[in-house]
Amino acid sequence: MSSNSPAEPILELDGLSKVYPGGLKALDDVSLTIRKGEIFALLGPNGAGKTTLIGAICGMVTPSGGTIHAFGHDMKTDWRKARARIGLVPQELSTDMFEPVLRAVSYSRGLFGLAPDPTRIEEILRSLSLWDKRDERIMALSGGMKRRVLVAKALAHEPDLLFLDEPTAGVDVELRKGMWRVIDEMRRRGVTIILTTHYLEEAEEMADRVGIIRAGRLVMVDDKDAMMARLGRTEAHIRLARPLTVLPPAIARFPVELEEGGSTLRYRGGDGAGKGKQEVAALTKALLAEHIDYTAIDVRESSLEEIFVTLLGEEETA
Amino acid sequence: MIGWRSTWAIYTRELTRFLRTAFQSILAPVLTTALYFIVFGAAIGSEMPDLGGVDYGAFIIPGLLMLTLLGETTNNSSFGIYMPRFTGTIYELLSAPVGVAETLIGFVGAAATKSLILAAIIMLTARLFVDYTVAHPILAVLFIILVAASFSLFGFILGIWADNFEKLGIIPLLFLTPLTFLGGTFYSIDMLPAPWDTIAMANPIVYLVSGLRWTFYGQSEVNIWVSFAITLGFLALCVAIITFIFRTGWRLRA
Repeated sequence: MSSNSPAEPILELDGLSKVYPGGLKALDDVSLTIRKGEIFALLGPNGAGKTTLIGAICGMVTPSGGTIHAFGHDMKTDWRKARARIGLVPQELSTDMFEPVLRAVSYSRGLFGLAPDPTRIEEILRSLSLWDKRDERIMALSGGMKRRVLVAKALAHEPDLLFLDEPTAGVDVELRKGMWRVIDEMRRRGVTIILTTHYLEEAEEMADRVGIIRAGRLVMVDDKDAMMARLGRTEAHIRLARPLTVLPPAIARFPVELEEGGSTLRYRGGDGAGKGKQEVAALTKALLAEHIDYTAIDVRESSLEEIFVTLLGEEETA
Repeated sequence: MIGWRSTWAIYTRELTRFLRTAFQSILAPVLTTALYFIVFGAAIGSEMPDLGGVDYGAFIIPGLLMLTLLGETTNNSSFGIYMPRFTGTIYELLSAPVGVAETLIGFVGAAATKSLILAAIIMLTARLFVDYTVAHPILAVLFIILVAASFSLFGFILGIWADNFEKLGIIPLLFLTPLTFLGGTFYSIDMLPAPWDTIAMANPIVYLVSGLRWTFYGQSEVNIWVSFAITLGFLALCVAIITFIFRTGWRLRA
């Protein structure tokens, strides 16, 4: 984990573990520090322990071991002060569907011990485009709107740390982008955000740091850009004018392979920080120097998704 | 330290939920009570002798009140906590800075308030059928509050214990209603032949019905203070169980 940011830690997990009564180890010695103001994306396949981790911090799951400190408060003994500053948007659309939007959101504020503040609630509802729906029952809203209501409920007590468990699950592309704008707005307000997601595009778009969890273990935590640079790859497909059977030594020194019966030269290398593109440029020059003609070049950088899949694959074979 | 704002939020929300279904919540018990009065009060009661100098129609009022009170209070309270568990909305309560005190005062207070409203309505309904007076009105109200609070707590435990709708309904159906019927709602325990009069004293509901009857008519099978003591003991037991549940997170936290 990089520690080059001066921002103060607001959440510290140390050796957190959870073993369910059936023996399932959902969290295995998880240690993590979240810094003020960052967006942290927790990635992992289904059943990896993402929701259990959030549950342990937010009070729905009793940890089997380890410690959780939020805002300097021990969550085991001083949970009231800490919980008052934490908001949670659950994965499931769980809310009283018969309640009107405004009342549901106002209730959440009261539940967290704050005095009623209709102006603040109006601001929150307007920022989520829910103000016009304030008197409607939640059951009458679309899936995307219902999720926004859950976000509004989580924001009603003005938390400093917000957990979003799969915030855009089952939401169409347009609404997902709308949710990203909402998250961005929260970040601008200084809210620290921890989100779990299946959409790696989402983590790539939003997150400052990424943690990868698998079978309850935090496999990797790093700055997103650093992770991309360290594990990112450039892939180039060069379609040759005439198929090759053997690569000349000047070309074979690059990380290349022949594909499709020798008609395509595939390059895979670099570091996600530009080295790959430079090598591809050098490779094309080397091809010309060897009088090997080509008709097309397709170059692309690997996504966080590919890194994720690669990492999990390595874990599996380890 | 109790978070009163959180408590108030839970209390008012639960009452709002009750008002949302007010028609069903009020009409059903009123109709049931009216039917009991028509059958046992007017039809059969007219053929029955006075019991301890109290007209039979009037005699069954405390028992009928208790019958509705126990059933409705337990159901209201158990549903109040079971439904958030069932639908998943309990996450909000568990993640909020609220503990056992706020939750209990909020949920149980609301369930008890509903029961008091219901008790008042039933007494008014009874007035339409039978002429009666309450000998000790303050003690009657206190006793009703105590019973409502105790059975709200009991219902709360039931709502946490139950992991399906069947379990939720089984205790009121198989235990509470039969024990109330056998607890002297429609008769005096003194009327039972030996050894049933002694066996009947093992039924805790006897003490509740008898206690309430004393506050109405100044006479009962059991000393009023014994009734108060038993109800208080039951309340203390329920509070202890709920405190244990919150401390350990049993059926609340994974």
